[in-house]
Amino acid sequence: MDNLFVLLIFVLVLAIFLGFELINKVPSTLHTPLMSGANAISGITIVGALISSGSDGGLWTTVLGTAAVFFATINVVGGYLVTNRMLGMFKKK
Amino acid sequence: MMDLLQSEIFANLAYIIASMLFIFGLKQLGSPETAQRGNLISSSGMLLAVLVTLISNQIISYEWLIIGLVLGILVGASAASFVKMTSMPELVALFNGFGGIASLLVGSAEYLGTGSLGLISLTAIFLTLIIGGITFSGSLVAYGKLSEILPGRQITFKGQRIVLVAIFIAALLFGAQLIFNFQIAEGWNPLFSFLLLIAFSLVIGLLITLPIGGADMPVIIALLNSYSGLAASAAGFVINNNVLIVAGALVGASGLILTNIMCKAMNRSLANVVFGSIASSSPGAVNPEEVGEIKPINVSDAYLILEAANSVLVVPGYGMAVSQAQHAVRELGELLEENGCEVNYAIHPVAGRMPGHMNVLLAEANVSYDQLQEPEDVNPIMDTVDVCIVIGANDVVNPDAKENEGSPIYGMPIIEADRSKTVFILKRSMASGFAGIDNPLFGKENSRMLFGDAKESISGLVAEFKS
Repeated sequence: MDNLFVLLIFVLVLAIFLGFELINKVPSTLHTPLMSGANAISGITIVGALISSGSDGGLWTTVLGTAAVFFATINVVGGYLVTNRMLGMFKKK
Repeated sequence: MMDLLQSEIFANLAYIIASMLFIFGLKQLGSPETAQRGNLISSSGMLLAVLVTLISNQIISYEWLIIGLVLGILVGASAASFVKMTSMPELVALFNGFGGIASLLVGSAEYLGTGSLGLISLTAIFLTLIIGGITFSGSLVAYGKLSEILPGRQITFKGQRIVLVAIFIAALLFGAQLIFNFQIAEGWNPLFSFLLLIAFSLVIGLLITLPIGGADMPVIIALLNSYSGLAASAAGFVINNNVLIVAGALVGASGLILTNIMCKAMNRSLANVVFGSIASSSPGAVNPEEVGEIKPINVSDAYLILEAANSVLVVPGYGMAVSQAQHAVRELGELLEENGCEVNYAIHPVAGRMPGHMNVLLAEANVSYDQLQEPEDVNPIMDTVDVCIVIGANDVVNPDAKENEGSPIYGMPIIEADRSKTVFILKRSMASGFAGIDNPLFGKENSRMLFGDAKESISGLVAEFKS
């Protein structure tokens, strides 16, 4: 078994537990912004997309990587902006 | 200096900081006072991760990725700026799908790249493809249903579950072939497995979401949200990158929690939502004999009752979103408050088409968020409520959930509107809710039906108050 792999699994497990603890007490008023905000975070796959698109891995890697950059960027930019727009509307009198 | 910035250790340290910013941002998203700042913090983490990746020496040429970035920014920014709040469920569904396809493409790009791949990388690629594919096609179907491009009802065919299981097993088989490269048939190339795996994953996504009816949409959107995170996490294993694994796992966990909250709010298990169907019978009109006498009321009589009320509770449902009544509702609420009445809004977790849908609409209409309450807050004081105004909600106020053991929704937590002194039910007609079952609330002694478009009825009440 690869040492790095075990380390990554370790990180994964801890992050899942952390995620459960973090989100558990979100009031239902914020469920939609939470979802779109979390969705923007899942656009982190943009890091992998940039590497595929910009590295010298052959034509297919470049093309698919660029398509991945496109979709992940929509996910990131759109997700954060729309979450910001929604949260701006939540006001207390 | 540039050498340091391009070094692997610098990139990894920056990724750790980015992960911390995500965690901190998500934590702040948990309270209305800090949520906007939390989103900003989380987005700065993303910016950091992207910048560090862009300057790293893993990237050799920029022509292509700039095109992807610019187009993505244009599309994402305009979608976020111009979407109507009522269309938010569609947009969230679509963004979930884009996250899924992006991870799938990253997995594919790595697979088709020049490097040689070990068992672990291949397994991670397999997971990225299958989760990403399911997320993508499932989200597109959810988008289609929410935007009414596809019919919102359940789309099923005979033997659907068997087909789903068969395709799933086939996908696993191709996945195994992809990883271990054993011989399926003479001249079989792992590339065939790769392509078939993607195709089958997309089909699985379709088969899972097509049978989901409109009322179950909040569950499936939350679930797809979780999948989009898991796909990113799997992609993290493909490129051995911690920040993808951490961020993806956070999203996966948050999506699962939301899914669980939604399931509990409907008193159903996830398996029951995905594989069972509550409304196998076709939705029919309510039989008046069964639910007692229906007592209609007109706007001027409703006004007289509201005018005398000291406490009013508004229970919005999907019907409020459909008729775009939220601004009229807020106006009515303000007039009632000026009249010395206490106004609150009771929002069921599964009201609308996605978690928190009603809250966003009312926030858009400038309703203060401390007036938006959950069922467990309002039910104990329901007896003191003079008028409960049910706007386009049905199943979430159905007393059968408490009283009728034979009802398909028995056990589902509801907003107990029937216990208030008077209930106004704003409805277009006597058609039943999405669960397709009778609602005895309509026939209760204290219930009054205000038929017509919700926005027109509310506007009528507003006009009465102003005259």
